[in-house]
Amino acid sequence: MWLDSSSDGLLAVLDFSVFLSPSPEAGANYLTYLLGGALWTVILSVLSWVIAFVIGSAVGVLRTLPSSILSKIGAWYVEIFRNIPLLVQLFIWFNVVPELLPGFGPWFKHLPSFWQEFTSATLCLGLFTAARIAEQVRSGLRSVGKGQFGAGLALGLNIKQVYGLVLLPVAYRIIIPTLTSEFLNLIKNSAVASTIGFVELARRSDSMAELKSTVFEALLAGTLLYGVINLIVLFLSRALEHSTKLPGLVGAKK
Amino acid sequence: MYSFDWSSIPGSLPFLWQGMLVTLQITLVAIVVGIMLGTIIAVLRLSKNSVLSALAAAYVTLFRSIPLVMVLLWFQLALVPPVVRWLFPNANFDLNLIIAFTAFAFFEASYYAEIIRAGIQSISKGQVMAAQALGMTEGAVMRLVILPQAFRRMTPLLLTQAIILFQDSSLVYVIGLADFFGVAKNRADSTGNEVEFILFAGAVYLVLCLTLSTIVRQLQKRITI
Repeated sequence: MWLDSSSDGLLAVLDFSVFLSPSPEAGANYLTYLLGGALWTVILSVLSWVIAFVIGSAVGVLRTLPSSILSKIGAWYVEIFRNIPLLVQLFIWFNVVPELLPGFGPWFKHLPSFWQEFTSATLCLGLFTAARIAEQVRSGLRSVGKGQFGAGLALGLNIKQVYGLVLLPVAYRIIIPTLTSEFLNLIKNSAVASTIGFVELARRSDSMAELKSTVFEALLAGTLLYGVINLIVLFLSRALEHSTKLPGLVGAKK
Repeated sequence: MYSFDWSSIPGSLPFLWQGMLVTLQITLVAIVVGIMLGTIIAVLRLSKNSVLSALAAAYVTLFRSIPLVMVLLWFQLALVPPVVRWLFPNANFDLNLIIAFTAFAFFEASYYAEIIRAGIQSISKGQVMAAQALGMTEGAVMRLVILPQAFRRMTPLLLTQAIILFQDSSLVYVIGLADFFGVAKNRADSTGNEVEFILFAGAVYLVLCLTLSTIVRQLQKRITI
C-alpha cells in the first residue's frame, strides 16, 4: 500500500496519527505502548548485565588462576555458552530447566506467564553474556601483566586482595570500551526474548505492525527507539570512561 | 524427578535433517553473498570519494545497531514481499526462504565489511606504492595485491563469523521458517517431548560448533606468521 503512493514521498505516506490511537495495553496509546516496550528492553538488559558482570568476572578470574582445574572449569563454561545458539539457550531456560530442576520448577510454574518469560530471558541473557564478559575480563587481566601480580604478593597481599585491590580495578578500566560494545550486543540480543512472548520493544513493534496494519510506522518507530537506547548507552559509557581514566596510560589526560 | 523419554527422536531424524539442510542453505547463501557485498562495502568505505565512503559507513552502522530480530521483521513485513511481487507477479515462491536469504545476506554483509576493512588496512602501504610504481591501476592494486593477502590474513576471522552466523540462523524461527531448530521445536510441540527435543537440538549445535571452532583455532595457529 505504501508502494502505490510512493510518488508522494515517504513522509507523506506515513500516518503518524496511528501512534495516538489506543493500544492493547489498557490506557495506553501506541506511542506509550512502544515506549513501555523500550523500557522493558532496558530493564531486561540492565538486570541481565548485573548477572553477566558478576558471573563473567568470576569466570574470567578463574581462567587466569594458576590452578589448572579451576581454569579448565572457566574455559568449559565459555565454550558451552558460546557454542549453543542464544535462541536454543532461551528455550532451554524456558521449557527445559523448570522441568529438570526440582527446587526451581514448582516456583517457576506458579509465576504468571509474564514473569516466567522475564525470569527465563534474564537468566538466559545474563549467563550467555557472562561467557563473553569472561573473555574480556581475562584479556584485561592479562594486559595488566604478571609484574603487578608478583608485586602485590610481595607486598604481603593474599591472592583475593591482589585481584580485588590491584588487578581488577585496572583491568576493568582498560576494558570499558569492549564492555560497552558487549552491553550494546546484550540490548540487541534481548530482542530474542520476543520469541517466548516477552513484550519488549521488538515484540511490541511487531504486534503494532500486525494489529494496526501500519508496518512501516511500527518498524520505523521500533528501530529508532533501539537507536536512541544505543546512543544513550554510548554517551554514558564515554562519561564513565572519562571519569575513571588512569594517569599514565595512553588516552589519559596529562 | 523427571524421567526422560527419547523414543520419538529416532523417528524424527529425517525431518530434522531436512531442517538442517535449510539451516545450511541459509548459512551458505549468507556467507557467499555477505562476503561479496561486504567486500564491495569495505572497498567503498576506504575509497577517496567521500560520498561513497559515507554511504558505506552508514550501511554498516545501520545494520550493526539494529537487533537481528528487527532486521528479520523489516525484511518479512515491509521489504521483501512487495519487491518479489513486483519482480515476479505470477510466480509462487516460498517467500520465507527468500526473506531469510536476503535478510541474513544484507545483515552479515555489514559484519563482513568490517572484518574485510580491517584486513585491507593491515596490508602495508609500501606494497601499494610498489604496485603503483610498477604501473598498476588502482583497481588492479586492490584485486591483485591487497585483497589476496588480506583474505589470507582474515580467513580465521571470516570462519569465526561463519560459525556465529550458523548459530544466528536459528533466529529464522521469528519468521516461522522450519530450519533445524524450527523442526525440532515443531516436533517438540506435537509429541509433547519438549525437554528431549530442545536438549537434542542444543547438543547438535554444541558438537558442530565446538568441532568447527577447534578446526578454526588449529588453522589460525598454522596461518599466523
